[in-house]
Amino acid sequence: MIQMLKLAFRNLGRNRRRSFFSALAMGMALALLLMMASFIQGEMGDAIDLAIRLQSGHLQVRAASYDEAKTSLKWEDLIENPDQVATKVASIGPVAVATPRLYASGFVTTRDESAGVRVVGIDPLSAANAPYRDGMREGEFLTPDDREGVLIGWTLANRLDLSAGDQVSLSVNTSGGEVDEQPFTVRGIYSTGTSGFDSLTVLLPLAKAQAITGAENRASSIFVLLKDAAQTDAVIAALQAPGYTVLTWRDMNELLVQTEDLSASYMGFFYLIVLGIAATVIVNTQIMSVYERTREIGILSAIGMRGRRLMAIFLTESALLAVGGILLGLIVGGIVIAYFTRYGFPLSIEGFGITGMLFGDTIYTQLTVKDTVNLTLMSFVVTLLAGLYPAVLASRMEPVVALRAEK
Amino acid sequence: MEVAKVENVTRVYTVGKVETHALRGVDLTIESGEFTALVGPSGSGKTTLLQLLGCLDRPTSGRVSISGKDVSQLNRDQRADMRRGTIGFIFQFFALIPTLTAYENIEMPLLLDGHSAAERHARIAELLEAVGLGDRGTSRPDQLSGGQQQRVAIARALAVKPSLILADEPTANLDTPNGQQVMETMTRLNQDTGVTFVFATHDPRVIQYARRVVTLRDGLVAEDKRADKKS
Repeated sequence: MIQMLKLAFRNLGRNRRRSFFSALAMGMALALLLMMASFIQGEMGDAIDLAIRLQSGHLQVRAASYDEAKTSLKWEDLIENPDQVATKVASIGPVAVATPRLYASGFVTTRDESAGVRVVGIDPLSAANAPYRDGMREGEFLTPDDREGVLIGWTLANRLDLSAGDQVSLSVNTSGGEVDEQPFTVRGIYSTGTSGFDSLTVLLPLAKAQAITGAENRASSIFVLLKDAAQTDAVIAALQAPGYTVLTWRDMNELLVQTEDLSASYMGFFYLIVLGIAATVIVNTQIMSVYERTREIGILSAIGMRGRRLMAIFLTESALLAVGGILLGLIVGGIVIAYFTRYGFPLSIEGFGITGMLFGDTIYTQLTVKDTVNLTLMSFVVTLLAGLYPAVLASRMEPVVALRAEK
Repeated sequence: MEVAKVENVTRVYTVGKVETHALRGVDLTIESGEFTALVGPSGSGKTTLLQLLGCLDRPTSGRVSISGKDVSQLNRDQRADMRRGTIGFIFQFFALIPTLTAYENIEMPLLLDGHSAAERHARIAELLEAVGLGDRGTSRPDQLSGGQQQRVAIARALAVKPSLILADEPTANLDTPNGQQVMETMTRLNQDTGVTFVFATHDPRVIQYARRVVTLRDGLVAEDKRADKKS
């Protein structure tokens, strides 16, 4: 075995450049796949996390008749006495936080411009507001009794050229089906790092939002965050009550969940294409090697080497190419991924609607052990499979024919 | 004792629709310890006969036996096994593996035959001395002259102590002094170890070393002449 490795290693050393580039082809393929896998992992993991924290929560309790697409504000579509309901929900063990929220559509007008927005009435004291509170860029956060202040997303503020303290006019749909317009002061500007959210969302204290929309003591939903997302199904059962509907983050982010599933199968296909291309390089290298060494194959056969052993020599060479390629791929891929895991990959996707997907403005790659092991093994197996045909070719050569070869 | 026996052997090569009769019914017996030259013009069937004797090829008809065993119908692996333990080859080109040192080239058949490291080491040292290359074991083929390479090939052929060594034009690519040295090495090993040599050649300087000269013409044995010692 050691002799076999030695022989294979020296054979690869005969044409170092060719061997290096063959290994490099496999290495680059592996590096590319690791980068793709870590990017997708980072992106999808991030997207779901963002969607939960900013938009859907783990669960939402709504009136059974509430239609999210219409952002309905009719009293019968809303939850009455939402604070009481929220307190009740919050008392369930696995619930970390439950807070009422009121959603309305409207538009912000400045002296020069206007923009369509989604108005969200929040309880300023709730812990669920952490993403906005932590992302304050200018001004101050809302207080429950603030009757004139709004928080504007960083992207929207930039577009409308607004700073903290500026005056805006906010027009909001009301429960009566009309539009009410009132002047507000930009109390602060927040950034969640998600342009798709920050360009569309204006935050108001719940009490003020209820007043301007005419919803009175009602809310669109109870926004629920759990201590552990795995508890989702257990909590649903506890929340069932007549007249209410409970939606999970999976229901509310259906597109995202489907995209994640789709990306898994899409990535599998992509892996095969990339590895297939690298495999052709290996096949080509090894076939050239077999033809260049035809006479040697004849000699080895003449001194009594069986076909299986000849095959093993060429397969060992492929295995060594695979190991070299994998090392190169892990080093190159590892360095690039480490960089993007730390500093992130800038990605700005604006214009995704509220019901669409949210992507962070920076994707931080996440390489999992599972992806690394799977892709490394896949590269190794594909290289060996690629080396199989040339190896069989070598093992089936007739010694008499092989000995007649020029080389 | 007979080492190899060829009975009414024919070998027909078919390329497309053209049939070439390389051997047309050869009978030949090689006895143990012989030093036999196969001679004849190009195309007379020397190389084909050597390939059949060496189990590299199978006859179209007839029977080839090595050490009493019929090898005519063996499959590829069985023939490889037969070659490994029984037959040594020396080729016209210096058939060494370029990535291996002289030592490792000689070691290869011993490895294939399953000898222990200690046995291999002792045998290789002995063989390198026997072919006058005791100090060149670590040299790669490209660091050796043609004559030296051919002597390494002889040592390799002898490694597993085969009963038969086949050499196809062993001096064809060598100058006269080197060719002479190779033939003298082969002669000496034949005498010292008693191993049987059969070599194909059309070089008169080589033929003179043979104690038996078998002349082939048009795929048939035309003449079989024995001499008690070299002339």
